Amino acid sequence: MNTKTNNDNKDVLLEIRDLRIAGHCDDEWHEIVKGIDLTLHRGEILGLIGESGAGKSTLGLAAMGYCKDGCKITGGEILFDDKDLARCSEEELRKLRGVRIAYVAQSAAASFNPSHRLIDQHVEAALQHGVSDKAKARAEAIELYRSLNMPDPEHIGERYPHQVSGGQLQRAMTAMAMACRPDIIVFDEPTTALDVTTQIEVLASIRAVVEKFGTAALYISHDLAVVAQMADRIMVLRHGKLVEEAETRKMLAAPEEAYTQSLWAVRLFSTNQKAQPETEVPLVEVRNVSAGYGAKQILEDVSFNVYKGQTVAVIGESGSGKSTTARVISGLLTPSTGSVLYNGEELPGDYRKRPREMLRKVQMIYQIPDTAINPRQTIGDIIGRPMKFYHGHKDAVVRRKVKELLALVELEPDRYIDRRPSELSGGQKQRICIARALAAEPDFIICDEVTSALDQLVAEGILKLLTRIQEKFGVSYLFITHDVATVRAIADQIVVMQQGRVVDNGSREAIFTPPHQEYTDLLLSSEPEMDPDWLDGILGRRAMASAG
Amino acid sequence: MLSIIRLLSQRVALGLLSLFAVSVIIFLAVEMLPGDLAEAMLGQSATADTVAAFRAQLGLDQPPLQRFIGWMGGILQGDFGVSLANGREIGELVSTRLGNTLRLAGLAALISVPVAVLLGMLAALYRNSWFDRMLNTTALSTVSFPEFFVAYILILVFSVQLGWLPSIANITPEDSWLTVLERSMLPVITLSLVVIAQMMRMTRAALINLLSSPYIEMARLKGIKKSRIIYYHALPNALAPIITVVALNLAYLVVGVVVVEVVFVYPGLGQLLVDSVAKRDIPVVQACSLIFAVTYIALNTSADVLAIATDPRLMHPRS
Repeated sequence: MNTKTNNDNKDVLLEIRDLRIAGHCDDEWHEIVKGIDLTLHRGEILGLIGESGAGKSTLGLAAMGYCKDGCKITGGEILFDDKDLARCSEEELRKLRGVRIAYVAQSAAASFNPSHRLIDQHVEAALQHGVSDKAKARAEAIELYRSLNMPDPEHIGERYPHQVSGGQLQRAMTAMAMACRPDIIVFDEPTTALDVTTQIEVLASIRAVVEKFGTAALYISHDLAVVAQMADRIMVLRHGKLVEEAETRKMLAAPEEAYTQSLWAVRLFSTNQKAQPETEVPLVEVRNVSAGYGAKQILEDVSFNVYKGQTVAVIGESGSGKSTTARVISGLLTPSTGSVLYNGEELPGDYRKRPREMLRKVQMIYQIPDTAINPRQTIGDIIGRPMKFYHGHKDAVVRRKVKELLALVELEPDRYIDRRPSELSGGQKQRICIARALAAEPDFIICDEVTSALDQLVAEGILKLLTRIQEKFGVSYLFITHDVATVRAIADQIVVMQQGRVVDNGSREAIFTPPHQEYTDLLLSSEPEMDPDWLDGILGRRAMASAG
Repeated sequence: MLSIIRLLSQRVALGLLSLFAVSVIIFLAVEMLPGDLAEAMLGQSATADTVAAFRAQLGLDQPPLQRFIGWMGGILQGDFGVSLANGREIGELVSTRLGNTLRLAGLAALISVPVAVLLGMLAALYRNSWFDRMLNTTALSTVSFPEFFVAYILILVFSVQLGWLPSIANITPEDSWLTVLERSMLPVITLSLVVIAQMMRMTRAALINLLSSPYIEMARLKGIKKSRIIYYHALPNALAPIITVVALNLAYLVVGVVVVEVVFVYPGLGQLLVDSVAKRDIPVVQACSLIFAVTYIALNTSADVLAIATDPRLMHPRS
């Protein structure tokens, strides 16, 4: 990626000066963006990076003169085209949006209207703003679909959003943003919801098309490695303030601020791999399991073992059957053939037929802590419930034990025990879920994408906590994830799944040491690296491989 | 497509099942009424023997189950039986009345549904403005007044004071359609006023509920006009709840007209029902109730079916 050094004033497309945005919450206005300056040059891609709550999306939307409901611009200027967007009328802004500045949202599935065909939504802005006529707009749409490497570009636009895959939808959204050839596109985490192997293709398409039209972009992401591939320049944001700003290569080579360095260091955390016992009976054995929903077969002949005190990571893309495997082990889904053995004994397929003592030994932690805990109960009730249910403890005992667990998951017991989940952050809620799983005193915990919804630093904290708990209590984990970095950090054994089958299985060292099995290689090599030349490199290698 | 057919047949089967359950309930409810037609017609001075003989003549002495089977069997063949009060065929008696009621309901629907949906869209578009508040207040007031009150106010204004419209809607089959229209105007307006409010408020709520969706935000970020966002982006996705509430209100237009028909002396099914209850003309009461039930269930079932049909996921399956 070319690094642009031209800071000539003529080239400045968008200039934000001392922008302040406040959000309304609990009858008070809180400042979300606290005086940020930003300059975007023609044809430049500026990366905005930070954790959730850093104000990067708010800033991105503000570049379009847009504030979410309950937010307002309280100060500063947004200069574009000799206008101050912070002071423009709604009608003036409307005429800019979609034409001069366009937006690509995180979840394409939610951001396309389910009731209309893709191409009708694509051409809508061009027709409504009078930029183009219908025939021309449709022809251009098909051209864009082709430029973005979408399959069957002639006809894919006739489909409804639910009829195309997530990766294709994200490309269709990028195409839609391009419809009126805007000067600026705001990309708001466009690949966060995608699998790594899909992400790499979407990233390549986005970059190619942005380069082709010389479009300037604000590229918002929490993933440094992704931003490194896309951006010429990076701004690191935290708590609504700028932490550090530099050209991509410079920032990657020598981050100056401590916070930026900590973002870099996240990926360095790693446990020591524990050797697999040779003779011991496995704690959990999944033996030749096939399962599905109705006539739809999901799992086919899945087998693997989990030994005591070990972490087995199941990795694969969405739809590979990871979570279905977890449902079979926990008894929520009865396998059509095959069985699950616990300490060498076969378990009934249906959890209702398993004894309570057995249920106690296998606990689950879910991806989204918000939906996994009852918002109307206090933390004490949530964690205390398994103690009463499985162990029949009295109230006083329960309260004491809940406090012990809260201390264990690093939440101040007296401060949190009587609170409700809504007062907690995402990472804190996940800690509550961990404490609840531990309250049953299990031998085996299934962690289903437990860090996927969390910021990198918070996720790292959770991984460290889980590791410490394993060392202390000797529990085994089945760690379901799509994230290669997480697997690299904590797995003892790795099971790679693809389309309902186990395609690779071995110790962490064996899996991560080349030569890889073909699909494992695709998965591992698709994980973005901090090197800004990584995307070009991997695309080049793959092109060579397919050509030769 | 298969899943759609299965869903639809499920709904229809459920509708038929409810209809059967309702017919049983109607029969039992009438059965439980104190006294019967024989007693009512012969008066208090009749001897027990006369009453018994009269009952036998009317077929009222047979066990309930047998009467129910006979009644259902007849209806399935299109034979509603004979009115006990005047010996006329119920089918014939009911059909003109039903035609009148359906015309009244149809006219009211023709006015109220478009008006309600349009007002609902405008209220959503200008939500929290003075226009929206005024609309909501007016809507709430009209539903809060009982229908007969609204009807009398309309009569007072339009018939008594202004003299524009007749206060009595006693139409006959010989009247020209213009006369029919003129005479039905006040009952139609009364009915419309009652049902518009609920449909409008539901349309507004369903639309506003969607306005925080990411695809609406996307449309705003594409610079689409507010009015277009409402009718092109929000309305198609809000159809299911709107259809449901429209169907409920249409059903009400047919079933709930009793009071309005009585006030305006409109010769519809509701009035027939009221008269027949007074006369203890049980077969007619049963027939009317059953027709109301059919209307109600049919409208609600079609609402379910339509709501399913508006889901693009079902109409355009993945492959």
